Amino acid sequence: MSDYVLNVNGAKLKVSALADETLLSVLRNRLDLTGTKYGCGEGECGACTVLMDGAAVHACQTLVADAVGKQITTIEGLEQNGKLTAVQQAFLDVGAFQCAYCTSGMIMRATVLLHELPNPTEAQIRTRMNGNICRCGTYPRIVQAVQQASHSMAKGGAR
Amino acid sequence: MSTLLSDPIDLALPETSNAPRCFALDRRTFFKVFGGGLLVCLTDANVLAQEAGGGFGGRQPVPTAVSAWLQIAADGKISVFTGKVEIGQNIRTSLAQLVAEELMVPFDAITMVMGDTDLVPYDAGTFGSQSTPQMGPRLRNMAATARQALLQMAAKQWSVDAASLTIADGKVTNPASKQSLTYGQLTRGEKIVTTVSSTAPLTPANVWKVAGKPIPKANGREFVTGKHKYPSDIALPGMMFGKVLRATGFNATLVSVDTSAAEKLPGVKLVRDGDFIGVVAPDAYTAEQAIAAIQAKWTIPSQPSNQNIFDYLKNTPESGRGGARPNASVQPAAAATAQSADSQAIELAQSYTVQYIAHAPLEPRAAVAQWDSTGKLTVWTGTQRPFGVKDELVAAFHLDPTKVRVLQPDMGSGYGGKHTGETAIEAARLAKAAGQPVRLVWTREEEFTWAYFRPAGLMELKASVQHDGTLISWEHHNYNSGNAGLETSYNVSHPVTAYHASRSPLRQASYRALASTANHFARESFMDELAHAVAMDPLAFRRKNLTEPRLLAVLNAAAEKFGWATSRSTPTRGFGLACGMEKGGHVATCAEVAIDPATKSVKIVRVVSAWESGAVVNPDGLQNQNMGAIIQGIGGALFEAIHFADGRILNPHFESYRLPRFSDTPQVDIVLVDRKDIPSAGAGETGLVGLAPAVGNAIFAATGARVRNMPMAPDAPIPGITSSPFTT
Ligand code: FES
Ligand code: FES
Repeated sequence: MSDYVLNVNGAKLKVSALADETLLSVLRNRLDLTGTKYGCGEGECGACTVLMDGAAVHACQTLVADAVGKQITTIEGLEQNGKLTAVQQAFLDVGAFQCAYCTSGMIMRATVLLHELPNPTEAQIRTRMNGNICRCGTYPRIVQAVQQASHSMAKGGAR
Repeated sequence: MSTLLSDPIDLALPETSNAPRCFALDRRTFFKVFGGGLLVCLTDANVLAQEAGGGFGGRQPVPTAVSAWLQIAADGKISVFTGKVEIGQNIRTSLAQLVAEELMVPFDAITMVMGDTDLVPYDAGTFGSQSTPQMGPRLRNMAATARQALLQMAAKQWSVDAASLTIADGKVTNPASKQSLTYGQLTRGEKIVTTVSSTAPLTPANVWKVAGKPIPKANGREFVTGKHKYPSDIALPGMMFGKVLRATGFNATLVSVDTSAAEKLPGVKLVRDGDFIGVVAPDAYTAEQAIAAIQAKWTIPSQPSNQNIFDYLKNTPESGRGGARPNASVQPAAAATAQSADSQAIELAQSYTVQYIAHAPLEPRAAVAQWDSTGKLTVWTGTQRPFGVKDELVAAFHLDPTKVRVLQPDMGSGYGGKHTGETAIEAARLAKAAGQPVRLVWTREEEFTWAYFRPAGLMELKASVQHDGTLISWEHHNYNSGNAGLETSYNVSHPVTAYHASRSPLRQASYRALASTANHFARESFMDELAHAVAMDPLAFRRKNLTEPRLLAVLNAAAEKFGWATSRSTPTRGFGLACGMEKGGHVATCAEVAIDPATKSVKIVRVVSAWESGAVVNPDGLQNQNMGAIIQGIGGALFEAIHFADGRILNPHFESYRLPRFSDTPQVDIVLVDRKDIPSAGAGETGLVGLAPAVGNAIFAATGARVRNMPMAPDAPIPGITSSPFTT
């Protein structure tokens, strides 16, 4: 066991973990930040997507040691003072989920996508989101939610 | 773990298979837990029979059984208790809409309490698309009766005739005196119990205000903020993390095991009970290391594989489960034989197959188990049958039923794949040995291997048809996959249909739409072949042989929306259609596929699905479910297949078991035919059944290649299947 300090959602969190433990395991099982999901542990489904210094990464493929010193944002860190981000609000308004188990990963991925491409085409959304699986098959609505978030951000609304 | 061949799970668990039982909570406990207020209990009134002339398969209602209850607290808060569970099909929202409608309160006033065996009445489980048709009317009945009781209470309080009062927005008003009282003020926290068994007048669907509207998911905000606790997220004080040692194959026998390295890891406790070997550790990662450090040797008997599976299923009847085999393969019915001797008739016979596929819910099986000091076991787990899991725990640990509580937090879906309690039992075993609560979450590989599968199936069909397109004989046999959707809706005298149960080498059970997908694939592909044999347009051929009005209605609606009349297939573009019925829903599906001859790829470009399941309770939820059903259907239609050999699953990962992704998603248009005059049927499954045959028929229309095996365009060749022309 080693001690690490992680910067998660703006807070410095001390945690003891094993050196080859994944960030996903640390977030979920040691810090009780369970909004980030386990779907495969193999980098194939995107359920565990978090932001590290603004880039989307698979927490299941990231070692905790490599997350030290980085700004980590999880789904729990998006809402500010009770206000949802444009992406969260759009997922809610469009109803872009069924069981919603994929939703955290989808929202994190979409957040990065819209940061890099504020006005994506439908084809770009599909390509950039393709690493995230929704087993319930809610893809058309997720695309719609990303488009809606893009519009509301363009109007200067939420972040 | 070593006896999976004789797995007892039925293919389809009937809703009424378990004897109804009394509700566990008594009146005093209830008021202690929930405070006072009006409590309305619904006994097992046969609402269905009264509403639709149907019944519960001839079973008599048991008067002592409570099937739902509802409480209006002093603060006006309304709680509805039902044994149904939310697994992504949105019933937490749609059932609340129905109650809000009948109680005449805003949607937000309702809280649904679901899937907690200590708090809700017994329920056999959430499957078979039964929540809307069965629980829906019961809850409406209960709410309507509660509304009447409130009206009576107000009338008494004001000493006026109840008929002179109005009710709206959670308030009773006396128009004469302009007085009004909220429901909470009326009940004043008194402990009033009403038992209902009659049918109060229900609000007809055509005047619904809350029901029938696209209301967003009840607790949607919890999900977009990551706050909702799924079964795999539950944490308890002092909780340990568990892992279970898995055999290297099915039906394995443990030869030797060395656990010494695992036991040396810090904080690890080994749990051993015969062939069951597990570990608990203070953290999940150490538990994983510990289980990996165990050296075990197993012997695995030789078992069937994909290579010979269809021969095996055909020739290995499951005695006692309708496994009798016809004397010879596809024997025409006596009545038809005479006809087909007629030179006017064309006779065709074909076989179709479907592979085993996995549910692959994105949240794998998970359970958190806790034993308290009185010996009571509480388990949080992801299941479609909380009471079924409770029964399994009672049996496994020889407990009094009052000593087991199962809670089902809204979970990462199931699709028919989470009916069983194995994870709950494992977690409880580990927690018992550890003397502390234990969380156990299966890995993706465990979920792919040790859960159960949608059955593989072989369908053999034979029919004869006159040159003018009139069907004159029909025969359809299904080996192993099941009898759902086996009956034909086409007009033909003396159709012969039979399901032949087989001994499955893989553990198999429910799946969304189960055998209906396989049987529709076979029947609707075969109908297409027959249409081509008599040189008729596939739509015209179906219409010629169909008089069932609801099916014709969706067929015509889909064809019109799709533009069937003007769709002309080319070698790179194909158009196909299919239709069918399942669980009281009617569906017709048209598909457009793009074929790339160079890469042998098939892409589904556009799907139109016309759909009718009676009165629509929540159009938004229904659209979403149907869309999901179609997209899920793409996997089984084109590429999903379990590869297995000698008791091992060869592709237990998303990397080798491909699921539908954004890039596979076609444009989907859903035409909802809302029949306010027909009771609502369930909708979670039907949308799936038309997709595969519509796609197969479109592939044929483009290329002239008839693909009779699902999946039709797998990424890798499937042993035993003569290579699909579209295997990439
Ligand atoms: S859990 Fe990390 S990609 Fe699936
Ligand atoms: S909503 Fe269930 S996995 Fe996406």
